[in-house]
Amino acid sequence: MTETDINTTIEEVATIELEVFRYRPEKASAPSFDTFTVPLHDEWVLLDALNHIKDEIDGSLSYRWSCRMGVCGSCGMMANGEAVLTCAAFLKDYAPGPIRIEPLANFPVARDLIVGMDDFMEKLNRVKPWVINENGKSVEEGEYLQTPEELDDYVQYTMCINCMLCYSACPIYGMEPSFIGPAALALAQRYNLDLRDHGNEERMDILSSDEGIWQCTFVGECSEVCPKHVDPAGAIQRYKVEATNNWWKSKLMPWSN
Amino acid sequence: MPVHDVVIVGGGGAGLRAAIAVAEKNPSLSIALVSKVYPMRSHTVAAEGGAAAVIKDFDSFENHIYDTISGGDWLVDQDAIELFVKEAPNEMIQMEHWGCPWSREPDGTVAVRPFGGMKKERTWFASDKTGFHMLHTLFQTSLKYSSIVPYDEWFATKLLVEDGRCQGVAALDLRTGRLEVIAGRSVVICTGGAGKVFPFTTNGAIKTGDGMSLAYRARVPLKDMEFVQYHPTGLPGTGILITEAARGEGGILVNSEGYRYLQDYDLGTPLDVTDPNHPVKKSMELGPRDRLSQAFIHEQKKGRTIKGKFGDVLHLDVRHLGEKRIDSKIPFVRELAKKYAGIDPVYEPIPIRPVLHYFMGGIDTDITGATTLPGLYAAGEVACVSINGANRLGSNSLTELLVFGARAGLAAADFALNQPPVDLAPLRKQVVDEDARITRAYLTKSGGTERISTIRTEMRDTMEEGAGIYRTDEGLKATCDKLAELRERFANISLDDRSFTYNTELISVLELDAMLDVAEVVAHSALARKESRGSHQRTDFPKRDDESYLRHSMAYRGEGSPRIDYKDVVITRWPPGERVYGQEQSK
Repeated sequence: MTETDINTTIEEVATIELEVFRYRPEKASAPSFDTFTVPLHDEWVLLDALNHIKDEIDGSLSYRWSCRMGVCGSCGMMANGEAVLTCAAFLKDYAPGPIRIEPLANFPVARDLIVGMDDFMEKLNRVKPWVINENGKSVEEGEYLQTPEELDDYVQYTMCINCMLCYSACPIYGMEPSFIGPAALALAQRYNLDLRDHGNEERMDILSSDEGIWQCTFVGECSEVCPKHVDPAGAIQRYKVEATNNWWKSKLMPWSN
Repeated sequence: MPVHDVVIVGGGGAGLRAAIAVAEKNPSLSIALVSKVYPMRSHTVAAEGGAAAVIKDFDSFENHIYDTISGGDWLVDQDAIELFVKEAPNEMIQMEHWGCPWSREPDGTVAVRPFGGMKKERTWFASDKTGFHMLHTLFQTSLKYSSIVPYDEWFATKLLVEDGRCQGVAALDLRTGRLEVIAGRSVVICTGGAGKVFPFTTNGAIKTGDGMSLAYRARVPLKDMEFVQYHPTGLPGTGILITEAARGEGGILVNSEGYRYLQDYDLGTPLDVTDPNHPVKKSMELGPRDRLSQAFIHEQKKGRTIKGKFGDVLHLDVRHLGEKRIDSKIPFVRELAKKYAGIDPVYEPIPIRPVLHYFMGGIDTDITGATTLPGLYAAGEVACVSINGANRLGSNSLTELLVFGARAGLAAADFALNQPPVDLAPLRKQVVDEDARITRAYLTKSGGTERISTIRTEMRDTMEEGAGIYRTDEGLKATCDKLAELRERFANISLDDRSFTYNTELISVLELDAMLDVAEVVAHSALARKESRGSHQRTDFPKRDDESYLRHSMAYRGEGSPRIDYKDVVITRWPPGERVYGQEQSK
């Protein structure tokens, strides 16, 4: 069966309206909304509706997407004010509509539904998300042993797809853009808790700085919105406990350093 | 400064591995990492099942080599597969040292699982998100090298060749719409495959064959392009991949009668799912992908498939594994099936159909990743070394992007070190011309009537019809003719968007341009190969013909249609033989 056949065998049942945020810096200084009517198929996600608009109605609508299976992290947007992966949110769940589609909150808009990622990329880099181990094994010495339990201790924090939904949902980041933010802090913890890594101290400067964990007031929105159940709020809380313990330890047992 | 030593195009697994290899070899070398998406969006992210490398005592290099050669129906270059298999374990251990969260045995060693067409368990895995974890491990590791300069969301439109050497690319900065020179003393293409030339594919939107087209237009041959792999278990409608690991863990394939139909296609005798020896390696559900996808078509002809909303399906049943094992070994399968097929595999079978998954063919390279154009290298799915022959074995491709990504990076670094500094002036002139071409064709043109989506859909449909799982002379000729018509109509295309800032419609049309090149090469290469081998099945030539076709096809860009030539396969120690599956239990 061909793609054309598929499209015609799907029964045209109903339609739904999308109010889509538009911003074209070369044309207009202020954003506006365009309304599009799209077919309401049960199996369509918001991304299918956007693709329908781009392919059939207005090719100038700009947004990011690729894998359409919830793992590349490109297609995060606001749907009726809530941060979602548009490849994982179904149109029917918004019926009868309309659905308001906007770019991810808390980020500068570059064009239509595309936001600037410079700040996120810079923050990711600052937490040193790589294995730090000066005296590590050579490849010839083989793999490190790591039991399933040791893996379990950090593996949840490896699941971050960098979709930035948590930054959109985080009220602290919204008010204080210098905050390192949920995903980057969770990734720092991912390495801190991995026994192959010895970078805990190197990361402490940034994690315990004014821009780090202490800004988080444990609102928990980040963990609510995370499509991969990474629980950044939990990662941050856990680090706070560790940092506090270490602080007390350094006061009470200064020789232990 | 747009002048670097090594320019890498593509920021997926192969591109990142190449970049790290260059950075580690010589920290004074400046590396441009040019990618049309932020690297962690690259499609390596979607690979699920695992990556093959011999690590356990019960396995051997010889096993891995032979499984791959026979799986590839002897179109595998044997010097390439031998070094690949031998270098694979170290590359995988290197990934382990960089933090890849490999799944583990209770004693802390790396766990392995069985995969299709493999005699022993040798597939390393990180749950069922192996590609995701490998990509993020490589991406995060790459951040520590300051010599890697990211060009995120830059789209390369042309290779810049001067003095007979490749010296960089013309690339479009999506933010500004400006076309710029990114110069280097060598270039490595790592842009992945082109699954998007077909309608049903596991591939993401970005898999549009850009790098294959870049090389082809620079008169570099594309090798073995008729060999495209259908994965037997994609979700209907979306084409989303349900990993082979589901079968490696014991999942079974059944038809409308609940019958394990693979036993009818020379793939062995089924053991009961409660038998401790199930699943039997290289047998039944763990046969190779080409044979399993072909079996679907036969079942369809026999009327034993199941009608679904998106056409015929068969069932992948994992219920007997139980919820606990499903959640620990293949949790992503459950997540995807629930979300995109509307069923929970703990309680219901998963509807599946074959979907286009992988290009065995690609830019012709030698074992160092070098192409026929001096200064140009390629690695990963975009390249054809060839270790995949006529049919790739599952879990060899993630390892391939490590082994050959590193090799291509090192070779490109060596080449760069032996070249004089780049002279920018002639490259700038080329980019001015390229900019004028793009502007004229898409941004200032008036009067076009064709839409991107129309031509794209027609291209995909004709590829499925003529160049799908089973092919004929008649069908392929019709597809070649249709593609020629679409190429003509492409000249009459019109864009809604004429702006510069994030003009994603412009990117779509450049991608379509590349896809039309790739589609044409696939169809013409398939038309010329009058035999059946691996994934290339001709109903009019149903037998393998080593006499005439134990050779790689080489497609060169000509005037009009591609010119197809051939090149010998490297045979060292493993003479051509029969592919035997379903016999392992008796050995």
